[in-house]
Amino acid sequence: MWVYQKKLEYPVRVSGPNPKLAKVIITQYGGPDGELSASLRYLNQRYSMPTDKAKGLLTDIGTEEMAHMEIVATIFYKLTRGVSPEQMQAAGLGGHYAQHNHALFWSDPNGVPWIASYVQATGDPITDLTEDMAAEQKARSTYEHLIQLSDDPCVTDVLRFLREREVVHFQRFGEALNDVQNYLSCKKVF
Amino acid sequence: MDNKQEMPQIPEAVKPEDKVKAENITSSQTQMLLEIQRLEFTAIELNLYLDTHPNDQKALSLYNSVVPQLKKCIEAYEQRFGPLFHFGMSTSQYPWQWINSPWPWDL
Repeated sequence: MWVYQKKLEYPVRVSGPNPKLAKVIITQYGGPDGELSASLRYLNQRYSMPTDKAKGLLTDIGTEEMAHMEIVATIFYKLTRGVSPEQMQAAGLGGHYAQHNHALFWSDPNGVPWIASYVQATGDPITDLTEDMAAEQKARSTYEHLIQLSDDPCVTDVLRFLREREVVHFQRFGEALNDVQNYLSCKKVF
Repeated sequence: MDNKQEMPQIPEAVKPEDKVKAENITSSQTQMLLEIQRLEFTAIELNLYLDTHPNDQKALSLYNSVVPQLKKCIEAYEQRFGPLFHFGMSTSQYPWQWINSPWPWDL
């Protein structure tokens, strides 16, 4: 099971309302390479992993990604807090406002809602861990694009933290993949 | 800067404009949380590393040395600002403190 901690993994501050920035950042909430995809993908792949290292790592990174989803949600929430419908509309969030008002929702910046086909679980641990490594790189690229688009240094600071975590996760998944490959090649001997 | 922001308790009904203003204030609550976040980040990073390097004694003893420091900070925080955990992981003073603001996205 999971236990909630009434705090964020990393503090989130914003310089002020900024619906334009919120519109693009939502992609890391409910876009294809966002934190919802990441957390669900890893937590769901645990069951078919053959090694304890892979089971433990997917549990821990999947859990950390849930904390990242909360961080991204908090950024969007703070950037749109108190923003009028007209300002939402002007920032390209008219569609979001029409459907969700100031609530959060898992979509990409174009309003495409999150779908389960963003993630996969093939039951082949080599395939799944390779997908996880690719996912970390896709998330890293996306955070780099968002850093380029950000005009709020406070938000950029949080985006940098999240980007770094993708780099670390990629490294750890690579190590778990090596471990699984060793395990499978030993198994083939007898 | 508003001196009232130094107080640990945040008023129940805070207007959105006040909250935005409060963003730049480093209250004692966010300072104490920052220390917890700092220590917990160390633990998270070592935890992931240990998942794939379970025989690294140096990393393990560093991890084990962070745990009591983190526990101490959490205990001090909870005494001032209420439970950080639910579901039996923290006790609460009367009345039930868990539901009290601020929630993480409002802090």
